[in-house]
Amino acid sequence: MSFAMTSPVLTLSGVAKRFTLHHQHGAVLPVFDRVDLTVAPGECVVLDGPSGMGKSTLLKLIHANYRASAGHIVVRTAGGAELDVTQATPRELVALRRHTIGYVSQFLRVIPRVSALDVVAEPLAEDAGGEPLAMESAREQARAWLARLRIPERLWPLPPATFSGGEQQRVNIARNLIKPKPLLLLDEPTASLDAANTQTVIDLIREARERGAALVGIFHDAQVGEAVATRRVPVASFRSAA
Amino acid sequence: MTELLWSPSAPSQPLLRVSGIQKRYGQQVALHEASFELWPGEVLAVVGESGSGKTTLLNAVAARSRPDAGRVEFDVRDAGLQDVYAMSEAQQRLLARTDWGFVHQHAADGLRMDVSAGANVGERLMGLGHRHYGRLRATATDWLQRVEIDPARIDDTPRTFSGGMRQRLQIARNLVTQPRLVFMDEPTSGLDVSVQARLLDLLRQLTRHMQLAVIIVTHDLAVARLLAHRMMVMQRGRVVEQGLTDQVLDDPQHPYTQLLVSSVLQP
Repeated sequence: MSFAMTSPVLTLSGVAKRFTLHHQHGAVLPVFDRVDLTVAPGECVVLDGPSGMGKSTLLKLIHANYRASAGHIVVRTAGGAELDVTQATPRELVALRRHTIGYVSQFLRVIPRVSALDVVAEPLAEDAGGEPLAMESAREQARAWLARLRIPERLWPLPPATFSGGEQQRVNIARNLIKPKPLLLLDEPTASLDAANTQTVIDLIREARERGAALVGIFHDAQVGEAVATRRVPVASFRSAA
Repeated sequence: MTELLWSPSAPSQPLLRVSGIQKRYGQQVALHEASFELWPGEVLAVVGESGSGKTTLLNAVAARSRPDAGRVEFDVRDAGLQDVYAMSEAQQRLLARTDWGFVHQHAADGLRMDVSAGANVGERLMGLGHRHYGRLRATATDWLQRVEIDPARIDDTPRTFSGGMRQRLQIARNLVTQPRLVFMDEPTSGLDVSVQARLLDLLRQLTRHMQLAVIIVTHDLAVARLLAHRMMVMQRGRVVEQGLTDQVLDDPQHPYTQLLVSSVLQP
């Protein structure tokens, strides 16, 4: 295996996170004291622990929705360079999300008036730069993803705002996995899915692992976690000593 | 660190560089030392309540109101970063008519209300010397369609248009010259919610497809979330916080930003 295949995609070192609530008399909520974690290509790290322990917070720190209070979060980008998301400019973070980090959150952030097909195709369409063949190829792949995730074809031209929770979640999964990125963050991607779709998501995660993606995930369903994990990490070990 | 922006077309310098601009009205400091860069294709939202200095900032950057201190530089085609306030008035006007656009909150401030929709769209092109009537009309027709106005209305004046249509016409009028930087001052406020959603979606599509850089002033955090890559939060003439849109909204650090974010329903 080449160096590029084995060196970590993600390295967290000494990451701390606390929230300061200025309008609650400056109350400080400590979440993490020290997170040290590396994730290599082909690994799926499953975060364990009861709710409220900071599992989603950890994903949001990596995705840079939250700012780390201390420490470094280094991601090896699709271009092969290393970027510390705690130091990166907004422009670098936008590029990182576009090319390197996929993030399946629990809920689809709905874009008014855009069809499910275009919502899914968008990450590829962005790279197509309006070139008609590439745009059609993006739509073709989006159709395949929607079909695989069992979204009925009559829904494809409709905006997902009116879809059921499970349908929206599957559109969200398709949108965030359609472009194969080196690092995937999954926040309960199967929370409202039936057995058949849950199995499809398990297959998709295994396929991502096999192509060399690094994954960090949270799964409410222990069996799903069992099926996809290459390693389990209890987030309690990162908590501030109470 | 440019190699990190792994993209075949990653630009090598900012489109706009603002350094330490300030503005006073008498004793009142309306804008205190604002500095930032904007890169091609970046959308920056400036948020804050009325009187926070966001419109003062926009007007100072857009060469509409000279700041008391600081510099505003724009990457002029084939000439690199140029101080916009060192330009002649003719150069500033040319910039404002070609590479820049300005979308006003009130469409009546940005349109000619007594000339036809088609002439409103064609005016910037005519200012650049386009004279072929058939081509101007074809371009106007195309742009009316792009902003979802029935081309059959091409000879009507904006006075006969609804608020949402006027705002879309104002956008077409600005974008017809393929500008690289567009300033927007509260473009969706004053419109009905359903009309707002349509305008927002249209703006989102146009900015992405045309790779427009945009500075949008808004008090609506949901507008910022939907359109902007980056946000700047202003309070009493100062930029109190700036960063990636998600970061500012999901993990606000400054007390004022925390108040702003916690005061609205799900931005």
